[in-house]
This record gives sequence, C-alpha cells and structure tokens, in this order.
Amino acid sequence: MSDNIPSDLKYTKSHEWVRQAQNGTIEIGITDHAQSALGDLVFVEVPDVGRALKAGEACAVVESVKAASDVYSPLAGKVVAHNEALAGKPELLNEDPYGAGWLFRLETAASADAASLMTAGAYETFLAEESK
Amino acid sequence: MAFIPHTSDDIARMLEVIGVRSIEDLFDEIPAELRAGTLNVPAPLSEMEIGRLMTERAATDGRPLNFIGAGAYEHHIPAPVWAIATRGEFYSAYTPYQAEASQGTLQLIYEYQSMMCALTGMEVSNASLYDGASALAEACLMAVRSNRSSTSRRILMPRAVNPTYAQVAQAIAGNQDISFVPVDFDRSAGRTLLEALKPHGGQDFTALVLQQPNFFGSLEEVDALTDWAHQNKIMLIAVVNPTSLALLKPPALWGSKVDAAQGADIVCGEGQALGVPLASGGPYFGFMATRMQYVRQMPGRIVGRTVDVEGRPGFSLTLQAREQHIRRSKATSNICTNQGLMVTAATIYMSLLGPQGLEAVAQASMQRTADLIAALTQVAGVKRAFTAPHFHEAVLLLDRPPAAILAALSRRGILGGLDLSERYPELGHALLVCATETKLGVDIDAYATALAEVMSASVRKAPRENYS
Repeated sequence: MSDNIPSDLKYTKSHEWVRQAQNGTIEIGITDHAQSALGDLVFVEVPDVGRALKAGEACAVVESVKAASDVYSPLAGKVVAHNEALAGKPELLNEDPYGAGWLFRLETAASADAASLMTAGAYETFLAEESK
Repeated sequence: MAFIPHTSDDIARMLEVIGVRSIEDLFDEIPAELRAGTLNVPAPLSEMEIGRLMTERAATDGRPLNFIGAGAYEHHIPAPVWAIATRGEFYSAYTPYQAEASQGTLQLIYEYQSMMCALTGMEVSNASLYDGASALAEACLMAVRSNRSSTSRRILMPRAVNPTYAQVAQAIAGNQDISFVPVDFDRSAGRTLLEALKPHGGQDFTALVLQQPNFFGSLEEVDALTDWAHQNKIMLIAVVNPTSLALLKPPALWGSKVDAAQGADIVCGEGQALGVPLASGGPYFGFMATRMQYVRQMPGRIVGRTVDVEGRPGFSLTLQAREQHIRRSKATSNICTNQGLMVTAATIYMSLLGPQGLEAVAQASMQRTADLIAALTQVAGVKRAFTAPHFHEAVLLLDRPPAAILAALSRRGILGGLDLSERYPELGHALLVCATETKLGVDIDAYATALAEVMSASVRKAPRENYS
C-alpha cells in the first residue's frame, strides 16, 4: 500500500500534517493515510476561529460512516482560519487531503520545524512500523 | 425443557476453548476488595411461588384514589395501546442489534421522533432515553459540549425544577466537573422571576434549565426567561410535560421573537404521561429533542428515513458515529439505552389520541385540577400557596404538617398529594396535588369531604399547631 506523503510537509504520529505558511502561520490537515483509513467522510468539525489550542489538544473531529476520530493540534497556537468548505463538502478531505481538504490554520510561535514533528521520511517509516 | 441459553456442557466446552478453568476465573483481574462478596438475596422461587408473592404484595397497594403527580401522571390509557405494544413483533425493551433487519421497529421509532418534533416544535428528536431525570442530566452534558461561547461548565438550575431531576443531574454531571447554581423562586407567585436571574447576567453560564410547568405546577414566564438566557449567550434547556404541549407554546417558539431560532435549544422531559402506566419507579422513558445544528452532540439513537440501492424507502439508524459502540469513551453518552417498549406504547397512544385527543386530555386535566383546588380550599385550614397560573398541578398550604393528614387520607384509600415540607421547608406545610382527566367530580368531592373530616378530626386530637 502506497500512501501519498509529500516531502515538503511535516507529520505527527496521530496522522496530522503541518505546512509552514506565510506570516508565521501553519496549516494543518490529516494525511492521505488517515483519510483512506477512515473511509468516506460524512462530517468534519473544525475549531472556531480565535480558539487557543495547546499542543496535542483534541480540536477537530472527522466522521465517516463507520467511525469518528479526533484531530489533535500538532503545535500550540491560536486558530486564525478554518476550512469552511468542509461543512458542505466533507468529501474534499478524501479527494484532496493535502490541498482543498485542509482543516485549519494556526498562528503560532513554534514553526513547522519543531522537533516534535516528523519529516516525510520519518512518517513513512512510522507508517511502515505501525502496519507491522 | 430448560429456558436457559447454555447447558453446563456448553459452558464447560466454551471454557475449555478459551483455556479457563471456571467462570469465576474470568473475573480474576477484579481485586477481591472491590467485589460485592456474597449477596444477601433470598433463594430462587418457582413461577407459582413468585406469582403468589407478587399478587400478595400488589394487593397491599389497594386501589387508591390518586392525587399525586410530581413527575408521574395517571392518565387514561386506551385499551389498544398495550394490546398492540405487547404483540410479539414489538414486545422487547431493546432496539434490535441488527437494527435494519427490523424495519417495523425502526419505522415506529421514526414516527415517534416525528411526533415528538411536532409536539416540541424542535427539528430533531432521539429515539428516547432512560427517564426524564437522566434526560435532563444528558441535556446538561450536551449543553456543555454544544455551547461554544461558554467555558465555565456552570448551569443555572432553578429550585422550581423537579428536585429529583436536579439531584440526578448533579449526580451524573456533577462528577464531570459541571456545577449547578440554584435560582430561587418567588414565594408568592410560585415561579422563577426574571429578577432572580438578572444578578447572573453578564457572567459565563453554559445553560439555564427551565421547567414548564414547573415542579409546583405553575406556568413559568418562559418567553422573558428564554430571551434573557439568549441575550447572555446561555443555552436554554427546556424540561416539559408532553401532555401540556397540546395547550402550551412549543419550546421551539419560546422567547419574544417570532423566529424559531430564538426558542429552547434542547428540550427534554419524562414521557410516561403518554400511555405508560404508573409503576413503582418505572419503567418510564425520557425524551430529548434539539435543533439540527446540535444534532451531533445529542446522545442516544436516532432513526432516519432513507432509500435502498433500488430507491425504495426504508429506515436506518443514523449518526451512529456519535455512539458508544463506535466512539467508545468519547461517545456523546454511554447511557444510550432507549426505552423501546415504552416508546412503542407512547407512539400508539399519540396515534390513537391525535392532536385533538391530546388537547382534550390536557384541557380536562387542567380543568379537574382547577376544580380540585376550588373544592379543597373550601376546607378550613387549606389555602392555595401560589398565585401563578397552573396546569394540572398546584401547591396547597395546610395549617399543620401534611404527613399526618396524608396518612389519615391514605387509610381512607386516598393518596392526597406529595408532602413538600422536606424538600421545601421554607414553604411550611405545603402539599402538591394533581388531578388529571381520570378524576371525576365525584372523586374530587370524595377527596374534599375526606379532607374536611380528617382535618377536623385531627384538630380535636392535636389542637395546637402553628399556621404556616
């Protein structure tokens, strides 16, 4: 099984991806592996703009017909935007997990280079370990 | 033939397969000190013995003339209700595990949900909950999950809400770091005043609970209280009597604005009055309804209407990802049992009565209670406690403690009401009485006559008591 793991992103063990964006914000979503494991999504709940998040805090929910999972904030920060399109089209997350299916943006003092995050290579190794 | 699913041979074989010596060994991981030890219960009885015991016990109840309400109401239940509900196709307490295999059961629940939405005016109802009190506890938990503008986990709980409900909410939600702040009621009106809420304005509260009619049977000024809650970004949890909704404004429309989005946010209550007979503690059923925007935070099962691959209509359990078998510890509730059989009876009851029938029940009950109050307050030493309008229940004040009076009435086969003096000592010798459509003029006269006799007899025995 080959998952799409873009090399310019950082990853977490709970299958979120992190993209360094402009002006000190980061963009967060869930990985291709995560969306594929969940199956067809029917509902996505994203955190309210303005909400302050701790690193590791459960802040979004992705719900498929068979499961609902929490999404954890990879870093501490304040939510500055969320993906409103997902409310009406949760399937965007299945179709384009690294693009149109993004979840929210955080304003954060930390950067995507934080030591707690994995590189694409490390995430790929992690997935291989996990599937053993 | 033995009516047991597994023979001792079956059990021995199963234990062998999993490599365990005895059933007891399966519980090894529970430390001895946490175990119940020996239970002091009597030996099993045969069917004949248990039948006899229950008949004897039931006979001690007699057939009293009942004027107690306080959350459980004696209404006439048309004979078809239980004749249909106890048919083999329906006669189960549970939603089947392979739910979609039982389309009839699912359709019935779907119809029930539709009826509850029609009564409350809300957009979506669940398939029922355990009872009214636990439904309120669930509503409080749901409000904490749903009210994004509040972080306080504090809920305003008027003292005019059924104290048993408040106690159950405290027991369930109190252990989840949710606190309840009491709101006093007006001593002369017998309802919650806006003035009592105002000191809490501008603070962070998650929800306000509002019971209509309240525990005293009084009608709250729900529009003003709902407006206040929403102005303060507080969610409004309505606890309602479903019979009363045939006459009163549906909670979805509470508030002064015409816009339905301004009404109650969560509606819950006890459904027993809809075709479930009075019994010692149940089974009854709780109901809950809400706006579509909060549906994913609503606990319990929900049946939806859908179509199969060939486009034929059908019913299925929906939004199950909220439930405990999928979300485990993060489920919206881990008390997801619905009261399937009670809901079956309620659905048949509502179908048989229809909107006009339910309205007639509500109107007759309200009238009989008015007649009861008029008759009882003719008795010397009895007066009305409150001035607020009532539905089918009201509080009386006696000139002496109600306990002895109720005991004397009980010996005459009359259950004269609920003594409030323990729960509400500040009210004095208060007695909560109720009359539904089942109480005729002769019953009310019988109560009034008996009360007059008991009161005058007890005056002779105990002449000095403080008038409250």
